[in-house]
Amino acid sequence: MRRVVITGMGVLSPIGNSLDTFWNNAVAGVNGIATIAKFPIPEGFPVTIAGELKDFDPARYMDVKTARRSADFTLYAVAAAKMAVDDSGIDFKAEPDPYRCGCTVGSGVGGIEITEKEVLRMERGRTAKVSPFSIPEMIANMAAGTIAIEHGLRGPNYGVVSACATGLHSIGAALRLIQHGEADVMLAGGAEGPICPIAVASFAALHALSTRNDDPAHACRPFDRDRNGFIMSEGGAVLVLEEYERAKRRGARIYCEVAGFGQTCDAYHMTAPMPDGEAGARAMKSAMAEAGVDGAAVDYINAHGTSTPMNDKVETLVIKKALGEEAARKVAISSTKSMTGHLLGGTGALETVACAKAIETGVIPPTINYTTPDPDCDLDYTPNTARERRVDVALNNSLGFGGHNAVVALRRV
Amino acid sequence: MTLEEKVKQIVVDSLHAEASQVTPAASFVNDLGADSLDQAELMMNIEDAFKQYVGDNIPEEDAAKFETVGSVIEFLKSKGVPENVD
Repeated sequence: MRRVVITGMGVLSPIGNSLDTFWNNAVAGVNGIATIAKFPIPEGFPVTIAGELKDFDPARYMDVKTARRSADFTLYAVAAAKMAVDDSGIDFKAEPDPYRCGCTVGSGVGGIEITEKEVLRMERGRTAKVSPFSIPEMIANMAAGTIAIEHGLRGPNYGVVSACATGLHSIGAALRLIQHGEADVMLAGGAEGPICPIAVASFAALHALSTRNDDPAHACRPFDRDRNGFIMSEGGAVLVLEEYERAKRRGARIYCEVAGFGQTCDAYHMTAPMPDGEAGARAMKSAMAEAGVDGAAVDYINAHGTSTPMNDKVETLVIKKALGEEAARKVAISSTKSMTGHLLGGTGALETVACAKAIETGVIPPTINYTTPDPDCDLDYTPNTARERRVDVALNNSLGFGGHNAVVALRRV
Repeated sequence: MTLEEKVKQIVVDSLHAEASQVTPAASFVNDLGADSLDQAELMMNIEDAFKQYVGDNIPEEDAAKFETVGSVIEFLKSKGVPENVD
């Protein structure tokens, strides 16, 4: 089987619009959650906080025309992809065979703000007249399609959709395509632009979101006893996955190897996780088995850690089942969502970036806002302060609505 | 505002074109870089602006003949749009 490595990364997040800013702020424990600025908050709106991008200017990453006809998630994906490609040093225009280069970048809810806008237009105008861009802007695969146009990628290309596991499934799909020889280089990741009234109201209606509206800086508290929901965020991350021998030949800077991937489904409930965590644990074990490591070899886990009461409790169980009780107590765990909030379809990619940086730098980013231990969450979540630790193997978990479980294993090369 | 100025303004907004390039002789596709989606949006905006003269929908067979900015102006004149518009 061909080996696959990460040779480029691009990030747009509520704590930084570049890889370096994101990582420095994650290590410093910077909070990215605040009162929503993107739309005027209607009277009586149940949730008024989110993780928004700061000073994002699409013109820095694409031409005006592309920007004007793209939904937010596509803008973020295209921007993150450009930064990832620049970081990798690959010039796709000079690639001898563009059919060997592809893209799997997905989104959880796609251009939901476009749907909202056009439905309102129909309603107000009492007409069926809507923008011809409605569908091309809204469909969740358009990030992958637009990235392909920007870089001339003619190989495998599609958008993965698995809610909060989208970013990781995208990486897993790219890994398999390169391993099996269908492609040599893939841009993989996810992006989300869900900060619009209909999406925030809908997630709020599920009682999935934190309502700590008066204290946004401390609203996201994964694994803390007083956690009460996740925080919606926007942004995205794209990684350059490349076949190992090719990366070596061109002298690429290699962050780490994508050594394993596991995926299962709870087959239990639309939104609630399976209480005993069996399916999530199986996904973690599959990723470890492919990477050829046991629980004791895992140095860092970037947890899904959403800050909902159920997720963090069940994920703690999942980790214990997968690694074994003893190894689970020794591994460093953290939820960078405590700082970034939850990028939904982008989150798996963003947190894989955090794992790769942990391997590269030997620093574990913290879980901030951790003040009160919860007896149901009794592992080492790297509370509040980053920690130095050599990381040879890191795992990243994503657990999505629909019961989707995806886990990637990264290993030092 | 004259009809020509109004049409130019709609073209600039719809296609994100440079105002100086939007002359009556300018071709939407060859000079202003419009693709099929741009042209569909342009037609919608023309319909919205001149609804009282062209109705809700400009027929496909008329729209298909719009190759230049001038051809749209001539079409609107033929529908009774005056030289001076709001």
